[in-house]
Amino acid sequence: MLTVQTIEKAYEGQPLLKKVSFTVQDDETICLLGSSGSGKSTLLRIIAGLEEAEAGQVLWDGIDLTNVPAHEREFGLMFQDYALFPHHNVAENIAFGLRMQGRPRDEIAEKVQAALETIHMTSFARRKVTELSGGEQQRVALARALAPEPRLLMLDEPLGALDRTLREQLSRELRRILRETQVPAIYVTHDQEEAFAIADRLLLLHDGVILQSGQPHEIYHHPKNVWVAKFFGLGNLVDGTVTQHAPLTVNTPFGPVRANCQGQPPAIGAAATLLFRPGQARYPAREGGNPITGKVVDQVFQGERYLVTLTINPALPSFQVLLQEPQTLGRPLTVSFEPEDLLCLENGKESE
Amino acid sequence: MSLPTARFGGRIKQPTWRAALFWLLPAAFLGYFFYQPLLSIFNLLISPEWGFDLSALDWSQVWQPLRFTVFQATLSTLLTLAIGLPGAWLFTHFTFPGKKTLKLLSTLPFILPTVVVAAGFNALLGPRGWVNLGLMALFDLETPPIQFLNTFGAILTAHVFYNTTIIIRVVSNAWSRQNARLQQAAQVLGASPWRTFREVTLPLLRPAILSATLLVFLFNFTSFGVILMLGGPQFATLEVEIYIQAMHLLNLPLAAVLSILQLICTLGITIAHNQLSRKDVLAASSRAQELPVRKPKRGFQTVIVALLVVALFTLLVSPLAALTLRSVVKLDANRGERGEIARGFTLQYYQALWENPRNSLFYVPPIEAARNSLIFALITIAIAVSLGLLVAYAQKQRSPLNHVLDPLTMLPLGASAITLGLGFIIVFNQPPFSTLSFPILLPIAHSLIALPFVVRTLGPALQGIPPSLRNAARVLGARPFRVWWEVDLPLLAPSLLVSMIFALTISLGEFGATSFLTRPQYPTLPVAIYRYISQPGALNYGQALAMSTLLMLVCAAGIFLIERLRLPGKEIF
Repeated sequence: MLTVQTIEKAYEGQPLLKKVSFTVQDDETICLLGSSGSGKSTLLRIIAGLEEAEAGQVLWDGIDLTNVPAHEREFGLMFQDYALFPHHNVAENIAFGLRMQGRPRDEIAEKVQAALETIHMTSFARRKVTELSGGEQQRVALARALAPEPRLLMLDEPLGALDRTLREQLSRELRRILRETQVPAIYVTHDQEEAFAIADRLLLLHDGVILQSGQPHEIYHHPKNVWVAKFFGLGNLVDGTVTQHAPLTVNTPFGPVRANCQGQPPAIGAAATLLFRPGQARYPAREGGNPITGKVVDQVFQGERYLVTLTINPALPSFQVLLQEPQTLGRPLTVSFEPEDLLCLENGKESE
Repeated sequence: MSLPTARFGGRIKQPTWRAALFWLLPAAFLGYFFYQPLLSIFNLLISPEWGFDLSALDWSQVWQPLRFTVFQATLSTLLTLAIGLPGAWLFTHFTFPGKKTLKLLSTLPFILPTVVVAAGFNALLGPRGWVNLGLMALFDLETPPIQFLNTFGAILTAHVFYNTTIIIRVVSNAWSRQNARLQQAAQVLGASPWRTFREVTLPLLRPAILSATLLVFLFNFTSFGVILMLGGPQFATLEVEIYIQAMHLLNLPLAAVLSILQLICTLGITIAHNQLSRKDVLAASSRAQELPVRKPKRGFQTVIVALLVVALFTLLVSPLAALTLRSVVKLDANRGERGEIARGFTLQYYQALWENPRNSLFYVPPIEAARNSLIFALITIAIAVSLGLLVAYAQKQRSPLNHVLDPLTMLPLGASAITLGLGFIIVFNQPPFSTLSFPILLPIAHSLIALPFVVRTLGPALQGIPPSLRNAARVLGARPFRVWWEVDLPLLAPSLLVSMIFALTISLGEFGATSFLTRPQYPTLPVAIYRYISQPGALNYGQALAMSTLLMLVCAAGIFLIERLRLPGKEIF
């Protein structure tokens, strides 16, 4: 089990990581999600032993690794640019870590062969890595990181450099391989779809702290605050003031809205932000729901449904809903939201 | 029916006659002044007109200089590596006080004429140099205690001075382009720092090291001025032997045999070097992470870094500083001067450059040599840059002609100046030329030597101008010449200036071909320095050093200007 304890790190005088702590259980894949510059790659490099933290420890099964150099940690790291050795072919790249462990020749050959089979690249063994496509390089990098059977695998934006279709395909393959090898893994990405697809548990890194952690669906359904909802693009966010508990009512620029709040609702008179998920708009508007009326200003066909943009009031940001039926541009439209579908979030300053 | 190809975005196929037009002048020039002399050397051996019998040749006269050339070049190269590789490590990994200065200084050897460097070491370690005069004064000695001139050590020292910075520049350039993540990947995979160096860093550096080594070997192999001026008569490399056989012993056939041998060797090395440099472009990932450059950390690291910095500064600065200082300080007696010598600061040597005393070796004052050099250099610039420009445009025309003519243009880089000089005196020793007209040929020989540098400067600059700019100018109404005037010329200007400086400094310092073609009435600066420095008397010595200093200053100014002007990322080598 990996334990990361109150890691601190500054970059050019600015704090980059502020007392980051988390654990990775055996055979768990956790996903470190954050925008670029949030320090996620640096955190990986600290765990790998390639960089030193200014404070805090990295422990493996309770043993402090601070004085263990990178090459003795027995962790695997897959680099963002793959960092394949250009002077070695595919098989030699995969064999590198095994050679460092001083394994016998035939065992190395055997393991390399097995690794090539895992990534479906047996016929590529003698190929130069510089002649491989991006997706092939990515698979070789994965095989190279896995071949020495690391205690922990870290992947730094492993799909970042690939195009969309390839990304989806390789993401599936990665999931399969991680499941089969059962190696505990830390997966770093800025792409939420990728994170949802691969993670047993998500850690959301923002401003040097872990803002929220949990299973993907938990975070999706219960974003901790406005920033998280915005980061995941969950829907329309409308600011208001709490005017009443039971039923919880929030006064918004388009009137009082009844909403739902898991846990402790904000005090009466406190600021709150409501999350309207586009997919939960009802049309035609239902009795007893919270009605929203606006002018249709844009409409995009998205296959299953139409993403319709409404202007409620020129002073407010536009409002988006997903509807089954096409609408007419320029015409007014009324939809409704059920009170239990509306989530009331802590407002404004991300409290930490 | 095929669609018409895109007229604006796509590349329009150029008619071959356009390429031929651009090639016309350069090809004629190279054919007449380079290939003809070269072939004449071969011709000398087979043509019955010369009545030369190969079987009568004493082959030991061939093998001995060859053996010595290979031996001294190998030893010089190894010594150079011994200082250059740690130097490259220093430049790649550390920041230290004086790094910028040292980097700038490291460009100097590349351009400094051999006579200047020889004069520099003479002023430092020669019998009338600082060290010997200092020791004599200190211990009241009658004769100079250190014998440096005319030793093998002097040759090696000068070669190390010349080539260390080549190793440093080429290797540290490749080293700092290495993706730091490769080393990190090896570490994470369990390789210790030493193992990482051996298994990742070194293999990736190997092409650069080999290519730099070959280049240094080539330079040592073709070294002429250093051997002649510092090694003295007992050390003869192929180059020196060709010169002595041709000019002193008038044994042209033997000189020809040596020249051909030399040509084969240099061509072989040049081809090997080109193959290697091509390999060096190991695709560095676009997201490559740069190696961290930092201050030395631990105690012993600081000591090593400090020692290296001091060693490199000493190597690069001491001969040049000794030269400059020695040229303005009077330490020993002028020829025929008796009694107390007035020691101390003096500009006497510089003033004497304008005078023509009876005992001068020339019919003209030394400043005439400077004037000659300048005139030759200006003609060289005119010829080399115009031809280079034509070649650069011809190369851009993508015509099948280029496959043949491109390498033929670069060949002068592989052939030595001595071989060229030998060819010249064989071919142009007859009407319309004569031995008297040889000085006219000097700028032509210099242009041939400068041409590859000019082409290598102008070619990439020209290729770098996006065709869309010219198309834009055309669409906006510019006629073809106007397009060239408004787009090509301003964008080429810095590179044109760089190529002019190359031509200038090459011509000013050229010694090999010059020593074949010069005549006493028209000395050039290097020739004058060579003659003066071996003459007795403080005045002659001082004048030689004064001329060397002036030459050094011009070349230094030139290379520093080139450093500022050259395209980012384009190294000289």
